[in-house]
Amino acid sequence: MSVDALKAEIEALKKENEALKAAARRDEEPKVLSPNGTIFDLPSVREWTHKESLDNDEISRFSRQLLMREIGVQGQLKLRNTTVLVVGAGGLGAPAVMYLAAAGIGRLGIVDYDPVEASNLQRQIVHDETRVGMMKAESAKATVNRLSSFCDCIAYNTLIESSNAMDIIRPWDIVVDATDNVATRYLLNDACVLAGKPLVSGSALRMDGQLTVYNHAGGPCYRCIFPAPPPPETVTNCSDGGVLGVVPGIIGCLQALEVIKIASGLGTSFSQKMLLFDATSGAFRTIKLRGQSPTCAICGKNPTITDLIDYVQFCGAAPTDKTPAQTLLPDDERSTCREYSSVRMGAWPHLLLDVRETVQFNICSLPNSLNVPLKDLERRLTDVEQAARQAAALESSAIAIAKDALPIYVVCRRGNDSQVAVQLLRQHGFLQAKDIAGGLERWASEIDPDFPTY
Amino acid sequence: MGLTIHLQFSGGMELLFNNEKEKTVTLPDTFTPALATLKDLLPWMRDNLLSERAELFMQGDTVRPGILVLINDADWELEGELEYVLKDDDTIVFISTLHGG
Repeated sequence: MSVDALKAEIEALKKENEALKAAARRDEEPKVLSPNGTIFDLPSVREWTHKESLDNDEISRFSRQLLMREIGVQGQLKLRNTTVLVVGAGGLGAPAVMYLAAAGIGRLGIVDYDPVEASNLQRQIVHDETRVGMMKAESAKATVNRLSSFCDCIAYNTLIESSNAMDIIRPWDIVVDATDNVATRYLLNDACVLAGKPLVSGSALRMDGQLTVYNHAGGPCYRCIFPAPPPPETVTNCSDGGVLGVVPGIIGCLQALEVIKIASGLGTSFSQKMLLFDATSGAFRTIKLRGQSPTCAICGKNPTITDLIDYVQFCGAAPTDKTPAQTLLPDDERSTCREYSSVRMGAWPHLLLDVRETVQFNICSLPNSLNVPLKDLERRLTDVEQAARQAAALESSAIAIAKDALPIYVVCRRGNDSQVAVQLLRQHGFLQAKDIAGGLERWASEIDPDFPTY
Repeated sequence: MGLTIHLQFSGGMELLFNNEKEKTVTLPDTFTPALATLKDLLPWMRDNLLSERAELFMQGDTVRPGILVLINDADWELEGELEYVLKDDDTIVFISTLHGG
């Protein structure tokens, strides 16, 4: 190709580029900033066109439901004409989106801002090993698309928050709360009350699950039942407390079921009621909740909340199930992983005190560490003192070491509990106690790549 | 004989009470039948049964936010909350609400 021809082609491409940029500017969709600073566009959601009848493909695809008196043609058509937004593509959202898509819900929205991690796959069965690193909403959408061409699936790769929640929720008929944190639960509740949408809410932890439908059929909203958020230190997330994968799976399936019952006209069983699932005993129990509260701050007679508020401030916790790093100790009461590594290399006498729960200690631990869970530490201080004396005496057996000189390093998973432990130890006279900043997670990333993380 | 009360714990509340999901207790004579209320029961539970820090269970004279209380299977709000007068053989359930998913 001649130089002139190339120049002409470059000019043509420049023009095309300008035209595309101008088109993009005209397309004024709200921009959203994710926590890691990436700008996402909210997908544009066009109006959902309702159908008057099922076509032949739909009849054969959904025949098993058409045969049921409870669903039938009219019920199936209602499912087709209903749009459902699932917030959270995790342990609850995974089975929920799959069953909703499979059942013939016409349009499904999926909101999540996290990427898939390997530790998710034990319960988040909408994702798989090939999706690790992919955005969860995209991964869930890919699964839905492979499952059913009858479902129009829209992914929101974004953190839902006060600034965008109303825009996200407005086009949808029913909202599913499949989130993992307190702040987003209050946000979704308030947004659903303001927008007049039913909220099918599920939650799970360890061996327990709970399910309620809020803001529906004259029943209470989440705030009617829980006017004040729990103190942050009383909230356990799945990444700390653990969860048996099938437990959120069961609750997520029940959420899909209640959505289908609402959408098809059968009606929900869980307005003003809470289902408690105890996997240990295999018991399902339904309790009756109080009714809609006339004094509720958002759905009461004189609401004090008429617009979405700052939910992170309200709950004192971020909209995530990750545990944030805290700084409780001054620098001279902490040691870095590198410093502690040289203590080990030099074989300097010391006690390594591991204050994690014993179930975590059993997963992995550094050799020669003493496990005393933080909650037991205060009543086991004599064990700690004895072990520290033994460790110190390895070098200087004849010398009685004063308590305030015993060398103690405290470690935990991430370096939060270890600081609380050092504060406690110092209050009780162990003045040389230090924690290992960043805990075993940082030990694995900085010192020993073969050390397991969980 | 003092009042007999059946206590049940769910949603992780049992972790605050020696990991026991059910416990039947006979209250001491300081609990006067027809007068003693839930307001008396909560601090007694805190002082005699709780195996974890008090603030994980109570805030002021009531349960901390995030705990649902049922009296004989009904939301305690329908029963007068703290003013509810304890009766022999009552079942009181404490449920910690879950937020994980």
